[in-house]
Amino acid sequence: MSDDKKVILKIEHLTKEFEIKSKKLGEKPQILHALNDVSVDVYEGETLGVIGESGCGKSTFGRTLIQLHKATAGTVTFEGKNLFSLKGQELKQVKKDIQMVFQDPYSSLDPRKTAGKLIEEPLIVHKLVPDKAAREARVLELMREVGLDIQHVHRFPHEFSGGQRQRINVARALAMNPKVIVCDEPVSALDVSIQAQVLNLFNRLQKEHNLTYIFISHDLGVIKHVSDRIAILYLGRIVELCDADAIYENPMHPYTKALLSAIPPVSPFEKKERIVLKGDIPSPIGDQIGCPLAGRCPNCMEKCKKETPQLKDTGDGHQVACFQYE
Amino acid sequence: MSENILTVKDLKTYFFTASGVAKAVDGVSFNIAKGETMGIVGESGSGKSVTSNSVIRLLPPRTGKIVGGGIDFEGKDVLALSKKDLLDFRGKDIAVIFQDPMTSLDPVFKIGNQMVEMIMAHQSVTKKEAWDMAVEALNKVGIPEPEKRMNSYPYELSGGMCQRVIIAMAVCCKPKLIIADEPTTALDVTVQAQVLELLKDLQKEMDTAILLITHNLGVVWEMCDKVMVMYAGNTVEFTDTKTLYSNPKHPYTWGLLDSMPKLTDESKGELTAIPGTPPDLRLTGKCCNFYNRCPYMTEVCTQSVPPLVEVEPGHLVACHRQNLENTLVRGAGSKDE
Repeated sequence: MSDDKKVILKIEHLTKEFEIKSKKLGEKPQILHALNDVSVDVYEGETLGVIGESGCGKSTFGRTLIQLHKATAGTVTFEGKNLFSLKGQELKQVKKDIQMVFQDPYSSLDPRKTAGKLIEEPLIVHKLVPDKAAREARVLELMREVGLDIQHVHRFPHEFSGGQRQRINVARALAMNPKVIVCDEPVSALDVSIQAQVLNLFNRLQKEHNLTYIFISHDLGVIKHVSDRIAILYLGRIVELCDADAIYENPMHPYTKALLSAIPPVSPFEKKERIVLKGDIPSPIGDQIGCPLAGRCPNCMEKCKKETPQLKDTGDGHQVACFQYE
Repeated sequence: MSENILTVKDLKTYFFTASGVAKAVDGVSFNIAKGETMGIVGESGSGKSVTSNSVIRLLPPRTGKIVGGGIDFEGKDVLALSKKDLLDFRGKDIAVIFQDPMTSLDPVFKIGNQMVEMIMAHQSVTKKEAWDMAVEALNKVGIPEPEKRMNSYPYELSGGMCQRVIIAMAVCCKPKLIIADEPTTALDVTVQAQVLELLKDLQKEMDTAILLITHNLGVVWEMCDKVMVMYAGNTVEFTDTKTLYSNPKHPYTWGLLDSMPKLTDESKGELTAIPGTPPDLRLTGKCCNFYNRCPYMTEVCTQSVPPLVEVEPGHLVACHRQNLENTLVRGAGSKDE
């Protein structure tokens, strides 16, 4: 990644721990380490893909960024301001600039509001367009922009298909003229043919509005398609961070390699060498010692069990957290 | 070709709802031979799960009805089975693996008890023997410490482990056919790879046929011998897996193949999406169901239902512009160009 690009979101040592209350009285609560010391710069106009298996902390990452969760430690700097120290009007202003699109288009829309009202809502909350007539015009403009039929403005969410509902969600996010949109699995509830439509919409909007996306998904194919750079999360840590093309051509971390080999083939003629990771993801509860992959890694060393590898640059901005490359 | 164990002929399953009759499956035929894996792909609402549920007659009472066609399993007419025979038929002859492993197990019973109950329902064995069989099955599907796991509750296991338990239950009675309805959709890719690997191994060992229902073409490429593409309750294309990849014929299949984001694509490219949305199943059956989304649509497509035609040996396609008289070339003469 070239240096001339402007960093829009600087995430430093972001950590999120959840306390799990013990059932026994007086016993110390256990700590679930959802995010562990995550540092990454997000550049203006790029898409940062975040990928990982369930329970790796990718959704927590997105939610912590927009402050749906309170971070345990670390800072997020947006345009020179530390997000976590803002209050009141200033915070509201920043929240307008960072929007989110959630995974499930069925539960993220109020079933009792019409499409028009849903898209209008953020405009009212943030007092962006005070004039009612102008606001209605803006709603129609947004609907057109995301590819919704403006005749459907008075329809309720249940009258729309999954793909159309996700378009309403995108329109709601877009209504604020945001700079950053955090997309948490926006297409995983959709069918492939609809998924392709929504992915194309995301790409088009990015070009037109110079948006920055943080795109969270578990599907490597989808992530590869939308992202400029990809961060691979495992057990709350970034294990590899690189350009989207590099991940396929030159995966370095053993986990990335296993993840790639686990993906079903692209044709029936392809025969893959499988790198099978044994067992399941270890529990994020309790103290974390050593490399998170140590128990499942095929080339685990003594060192891996005792120390945690840090994310290090191996050249060309390809960062990897593994002792093999030190 | 070895003998067919399951033959489905012109199956029609309709749902009688308050707002009309939804033709969820509208004339689907296929057969599965011993040891074969057949895939059904399609989007949600295309009727793939209803097809498989019809085979074991697991439809919602009152609303869902099989209105036509026949299902033949090793000479048995499935549609004529009595309630009592059905109990034996399901589980013993055909086992089903459902999509969500966490909800297919009863949360209030230990895994061991659930497995023993299932085995004793289908085989005349003592409880002790059933218990041993269950442990052996768990061992076979690669669950560590099976004796200990028998006393676990489903919530104590991860999704991948639960799916293994369900597969273990499915193979306990040595069924001749396993219906796997989106078996890996709820699982992560690394776990999905493990589960698919396991299914393949078990199939080789027991010579079971598998009917695999999925929306993921990658899974089809990996697992299936032949594949049926469904759209809005109809078969649009039916051929062996390799032909479907190298020489697909139906415009919907082309659209499906193109709209899959592939790892080999360059990043940030435009995906070729299929415009529009699938039709309302209450209104299908008068014309080609795909006509409003098809770039190759002509007038005849809006007038009659295209029949399923064998254009090449073993390759069936239902398209007005792709039959014995006409040939359509992928990408040529579409409206966008």
